Amino acid sequence: MRKFRESLIEKFILLNGLASILFVILIFFFLAKDGVALFKTVRLSDFLFGIFWDPLAEPPQFGIVPLFLGSLMVTFGATAISVPLGIACAIFIGEIAPRWMREFLKAGVELLAAIPSIVIGFIGMTMMAPFVKKMFSLPTGLTALSGAIALAFMAIPTIVSIMEDAISAVPRSYREGSFALGATHWQTIYRVIIPAASSGIVASVMLGIGRVIGETMAVMMITGNAAVIPRTILEPVRTMTATIAAEMGETVRGSDHYFALFAVGMVLFLITFAINLIADAALHRERK
Amino acid sequence: MVNPGTEKIVAEDLNIYYGPLHVLKNVTLSVRNHEILGIIGPANSGKTSFLKALNRLNDLNPNCRMSGSIRIDGKDINREMDAEDIRKRVAMVFALPLPLPMSIFDNIAYGPRRHGIKNRKELERIAEKSLRSAFLWDEVKDRLTGSAMKLSGGQQQRLCIARTLAVDPEVILYDEPCSGLDPISTAKVEEAMFELKARYTQILVTNNVKQAARVGERVAFFLMGELVEADDAKKIFTAPNDKRTEDYITGRFG
Repeated sequence: MRKFRESLIEKFILLNGLASILFVILIFFFLAKDGVALFKTVRLSDFLFGIFWDPLAEPPQFGIVPLFLGSLMVTFGATAISVPLGIACAIFIGEIAPRWMREFLKAGVELLAAIPSIVIGFIGMTMMAPFVKKMFSLPTGLTALSGAIALAFMAIPTIVSIMEDAISAVPRSYREGSFALGATHWQTIYRVIIPAASSGIVASVMLGIGRVIGETMAVMMITGNAAVIPRTILEPVRTMTATIAAEMGETVRGSDHYFALFAVGMVLFLITFAINLIADAALHRERK
Repeated sequence: MVNPGTEKIVAEDLNIYYGPLHVLKNVTLSVRNHEILGIIGPANSGKTSFLKALNRLNDLNPNCRMSGSIRIDGKDINREMDAEDIRKRVAMVFALPLPLPMSIFDNIAYGPRRHGIKNRKELERIAEKSLRSAFLWDEVKDRLTGSAMKLSGGQQQRLCIARTLAVDPEVILYDEPCSGLDPISTAKVEEAMFELKARYTQILVTNNVKQAARVGERVAFFLMGELVEADDAKKIFTAPNDKRTEDYITGRFG
């Protein structure tokens, strides 16, 4: 009887564990089912390498390149801003700040993570965009750069909290060992603590990027939504996510446009999947 | 150059507090050049706190306060020297062997590199010399680039000693260096300490009274934060002045 109960509970837990994987697989199949339907009428190469996205033109153009570059530029910009800031912030919280300030800062960073993205979009639209416009004397402030700055604020909490965990997890003994050999505080941070925490640092950056690339609302509000290939970061762009959100409501179910948005979603899914895999691999490398 | 027997380190009226805890009470103790001073005493008697005061590792603990003075060659370590300088001159080997997560060679080179030695040949020379002094060279010479974490416990502890020697200190502090080691590894560590006597002043904190008797020339007995007595090892182990010392070494408490 007892054995039966044991095995029942085990099966139940197993089922729960498998469920999450099942969901991912189902979501992917659902995406793929409608996404692949596009390629009955549009050639795969036209989709992947087409440089025009204009679903309303005659004939409609479904080239993902401008959207992909838009996402890439915003993500790259946000990463370039958030990673150095995040690393410095995590090191300060984990290593340098006195204890009372540490708790205070950690709470602050977590609060930053709790700000709804629409609020960040709102602030970006009303404050950041005019600032960028003025700073570079542009015709419009709704640019990839404004979006990158706003997204950096969303990536920083993810980066800081995971990285700070990684830094705190470095055994105290490493610090003492290094200090006892006459190393300074900075030498200890740079030569011992950061290398020892490197896998967590890589994972935090990857997850931060994952957060940025999937973000929709704020970028839709701030980046200007022009589906053209950007030449510089000071031009309006449109990301893959914003495209789906903006156009889904106007499509006819079963039309090429509808399928094309699913195909874009599929590309997005594959990108975030790859990023998560890299983060995971980095975390596991250390555990060995 | 140095006269064995003259005073190397003098601690005077040393008091240490961790927050509200008074862990070291009015300790006055001197350490002579090139001697091995054994420090014995039960847990929480202030042995490690005393040791960490000598190279200012207590500075890392924000709750720690101290009063009194510690002088090395006449210079006050808290008022007249940088923490990094004092830690280079007074190096420490910890209770648990704690190699840094890098190769054997990099562990040894870590200290010298931090003090400005970049030349690869010079680092290799230092590494070999330190590893030989710690009786580890023959065991690791073929795998210097391998991870230090893969060594056995005894080898790791001797690596830590070698790493300490590589910064060319004057004084070596050992904080229960053999508490996690088997008897054979312990014997090797003790052998290394004897060998190093010619060049270094050494202080050994140990829970193991027999080890203090084997290795120490002079022995200090700490109890509840007080220095009960410090004398030649022979005297301590045959005719101690204080009843409490006798009780401790004969195993009546602690």
